Amino acid sequence: MMTAQIKEFPGVGLRESDFEQRKVLYTEWVPNARYAWDAGVAIGRYLAELKEGRLIGVRCRHCRRTVIPPRVFCEWCFRPMDEWVPLPDTGTVNTFSLCYVTWDMRRLTEPEIPAVIDIDGTHPPVGILHLLGEVEPQAVQIGMRVQAVWKPPEERTGSILDIRYFRPVREG
Amino acid sequence: MTRKVAIVGIGYTGCRPLTAEVSYKELVYEAAVKAYEDAGLDPRRDVDSFVTVAEDFIEGTSIFDEYTPDQLGGMLKPNVTIPGEGIHGLATAYLQIASGLVDVVVVEAHSKASNVLTLPHITAYAMDPVYNRPLQANPIFIAGMEMNRYMWATGATQEQCAQVVVKNKRCALYNPTAAYGANLEIDDVLAAEMVAYPLGRQEISPHADGAVVLVLAAGEVAESLTDLPIWIRGIGWCNDAPSLETRGWGRAIYAEGAGKMAYQMAGIRNPMEEIDFAELDDTYAYKELQHLEALGFCQFGEAGILTAEGVTEPGGALPVNVSGGNLGCGHLLDAAGLRAVVEVVLQLRGEAGSHQLPDVETGLAFGWRGLPSTSGAVVILSN
Repeated sequence: MMTAQIKEFPGVGLRESDFEQRKVLYTEWVPNARYAWDAGVAIGRYLAELKEGRLIGVRCRHCRRTVIPPRVFCEWCFRPMDEWVPLPDTGTVNTFSLCYVTWDMRRLTEPEIPAVIDIDGTHPPVGILHLLGEVEPQAVQIGMRVQAVWKPPEERTGSILDIRYFRPVREG
Repeated sequence: MTRKVAIVGIGYTGCRPLTAEVSYKELVYEAAVKAYEDAGLDPRRDVDSFVTVAEDFIEGTSIFDEYTPDQLGGMLKPNVTIPGEGIHGLATAYLQIASGLVDVVVVEAHSKASNVLTLPHITAYAMDPVYNRPLQANPIFIAGMEMNRYMWATGATQEQCAQVVVKNKRCALYNPTAAYGANLEIDDVLAAEMVAYPLGRQEISPHADGAVVLVLAAGEVAESLTDLPIWIRGIGWCNDAPSLETRGWGRAIYAEGAGKMAYQMAGIRNPMEEIDFAELDDTYAYKELQHLEALGFCQFGEAGILTAEGVTEPGGALPVNVSGGNLGCGHLLDAAGLRAVVEVVLQLRGEAGSHQLPDVETGLAFGWRGLPSTSGAVVILSN
């Protein structure tokens, strides 16, 4: 409201050329921030199983829940998890979006389709975040049945990228 | 009228050079489970609020506060993360209880220093981007300049600084949770490689991994939980000017201010008489001397002499860093001050094992935020 009443701002605005010609305070620093996170027990096993083309979760008997990705303790009851649970690579789309900008903000004409996929065998249903593929963006629906498309064994590195994407299950 | 607050539970993983077997969440979980067992509490039922001390740049994730609840048992409860020294987090937890807002608060800090591959660069980003950073000097020179000015102003000697290293690393040999115990002589310390004159390699605390979780409770709750509540009698924090150009170089003015605040709250007039032992930041050996003076245990310029005379040895009049300090235990980054608090609590409970001090009633823990800061926090505890 205030600014709307001002006809002309005092002073001179900065132009792109002022930065290019270093007429204003200019400092540039390329950060060197590198980390080597210890995967530990839970993430370590999760990544090792991905490399083998398998999904694994954990079960808390106390809370009667099975979750993925695995963790060593149950955040609901704060007890250690009871057992590892192999899980299928199929699931149901919990939610999704059609994203028309990349992570580094380039515009896309064909959208990326990030989705949370509730993995079969988890209880209550929990999902992993991944991308959908081999599907028309407009055809994606919440509740759609999907299955992982894996990289070939020799290309897997122990990463969530060992799954290329999830694609619709062609039922029947 | 503020309420009394006590520490009723401590959980500590110990210091280790590497912790490749566990993720940071698993490391914190270990400390948290120990703390809740110690306090006799179920975090899901009994804890009202959670405080974490962490720095995004060290963790390697933005908005690190999003990652804190699960491993503390804090999901669906009030959580807050602050950057600072661990004892700043203790102060935050203290205020939540003293104000009457809540009754039981958990404070956590941890170090996965071994996972930060470019730690000196991370430290460098703390320097002023216009005035200082373009010089591209390793920030360790700040410690060298400070030590140089401190020795010039006080007459403290290289030998006296080296004595701090000898004392603390030898103390660490009696503390099973310390990572860097050693039996050195003064000459070993002085012969070590020079890093930033006059600061040598052995006078610099090596980093360690570890996690600390403390449980705090309001007075009446604390007394119902334990026969050995450790009372927070005073707490204080203070910052000097951050500027490398205008800060005080010889004196640790931030520690003077923090101490003044805590002593006023605790009603302490003569620290040397009224405090039995202290855990003081010794990130660099001369820092222990600076902090001894700043916290009023002696006059400016006397700490080196007292150290040489053995006053700060475990058997002396004022044992300092009987845990081994940061030099002997390893530096836990933001958790360093809380590790010092754990030692004070253990001593006051009589649970310090082979390095237990006799007849102690009041102890002090002081944490410094590290280079290039002039920021510190202190807590005074009594049994």
